[in-house]
Amino acid sequence: MAGTFDFSPDDRCNAFITTCSTAPFTDGPLAGTAVAVKDNISTAGIQTTCGSRILEGYVPPYDAHVVELLRNAGAAIVGKTNMDEFGMGTTTETSAFGPTRNPVDPERVPGGSSGGSAAAVAAGFVPMALGTDTGGSIRCPAAFCGIVGLKPTYGRVSRYGLIAYANSLEQIGPMARTVEDASRLMSVIARYDPRDSTMLDKPYDHGPTADIAGLRIGVPEEYFGEGVDPRVAETVRDAIGVLEGLGAETVPVSIPGMRHALAAYYVICTSEASSNLARFDGVRYGPAVDTRKTWHEAYQDLRQELFGTEVRRRIMLGTFALSAGYAGRYYAKAQVARRNIREDFERAFRDADIIAGPTMPTVAFRLGEKSDPLSMYLSDILTVPANLAGIPAISVPCGRVDGLPVGLQLMGRQFEDERVVDAAFAYEQEVRA
Amino acid sequence: MITERDIEHIAELADIGISKDEVPEFTTQFNAILDYFEVLDTVVGEGAPAAGITNVFREDEPRPCLSQEAALANAGSTENGFIKAPRVM
Repeated sequence: MAGTFDFSPDDRCNAFITTCSTAPFTDGPLAGTAVAVKDNISTAGIQTTCGSRILEGYVPPYDAHVVELLRNAGAAIVGKTNMDEFGMGTTTETSAFGPTRNPVDPERVPGGSSGGSAAAVAAGFVPMALGTDTGGSIRCPAAFCGIVGLKPTYGRVSRYGLIAYANSLEQIGPMARTVEDASRLMSVIARYDPRDSTMLDKPYDHGPTADIAGLRIGVPEEYFGEGVDPRVAETVRDAIGVLEGLGAETVPVSIPGMRHALAAYYVICTSEASSNLARFDGVRYGPAVDTRKTWHEAYQDLRQELFGTEVRRRIMLGTFALSAGYAGRYYAKAQVARRNIREDFERAFRDADIIAGPTMPTVAFRLGEKSDPLSMYLSDILTVPANLAGIPAISVPCGRVDGLPVGLQLMGRQFEDERVVDAAFAYEQEVRA
Repeated sequence: MITERDIEHIAELADIGISKDEVPEFTTQFNAILDYFEVLDTVVGEGAPAAGITNVFREDEPRPCLSQEAALANAGSTENGFIKAPRVM
């Protein structure tokens, strides 16, 4: 079985930056399945912009490892999805190609930064999509749009061909309407690639099972505290109750390092970004720099014109956090905080097999609601710990508040992605029945 | 406390162009974010080398790579098979 997939969605939510009207596919486990790919993942021959004007017109000469695997599995790559510029945002509003709207309520954001992928899945344009998650960018939009999203263990999926934002935190992962489809997509993309030296050879090859009898679920008080909408907290507690009804038991756990998590995350991700994004100079790719100007003048003018405000803010924050006289106070402290959080999780995972809480503290924001950067950053508080600790975390829909989807977040030990998938599957099967 | 002059200096270091009328807002936002980062002053613990991590090495052997044509395909300006850049000196 091989052919072409005709794709022309009525994209009223602006989920796509690029669509491929006839997408070729081959034989394989995903033969003829339409898959959307976030626009920071390199696709040979298909424009890849990272949601930024600085990469407008950039056509990668090679495929990311995950894209190669998708093509080999027979998937039809039908388009590149909208995203916050370089993944820097929680709403998909910082995209240079305009915001994506939430298919559940077009006056609301889809979450971000993989908002286009989530909207494409939720709107039914594709059954599955790839997103990337640096501090919640798969799980947040999955929760806001009412779909499933998995951030794999750090080192489980190759980052080769992923245009880097914060290398030590980010992973590519699957998004789909069902846990089973997310798991199928994960089976395709989690394959060893020596070109990513942070990868371990631990392929994911798993069909989800709903048997969770005896599973110990850790419930951290920090995930239900200040800043979390009480109705969201209650919805998630009810969902944990469903898992108890299936034979799981709950145990209280604590992640005291949570109080430093958000600050540590933003220091580390902006520091890494300030270095990674130095490559966007208009010389090797993207709109051309004016070569008649001097280097610094040309470079500064181009980046002022073609980077959005949030990207410029984060590059400047990272530059500051790494600068002489401040690196000890910010970057070094953030690394210690990161290790403390990882140790908190290791301790919690002695008493619990998985840890459960809300994915996001609230339901989807209104478009334009988060105009202040710090208030947007604060909404990432429940998702960044998994990135700092490098552990797998899945968001599965668990009900609604004000008619808007709520996500149940399940986190697991490193390289136990299968276990969080199984727990999410058990929950999904039970509430669907 | 970060001043407007600091913001202009950081923008210069980061090679991010910034216009005069953007400076006050960037300064206010920077200070709000740095106020929040102050929580890191309460982090307890010392930096220690990560354990359980091994380096991944390979032999430095030639492998197939992009052709010159493919490598130049996205460059804004090229000349005789080279990428053209602004002058550095």
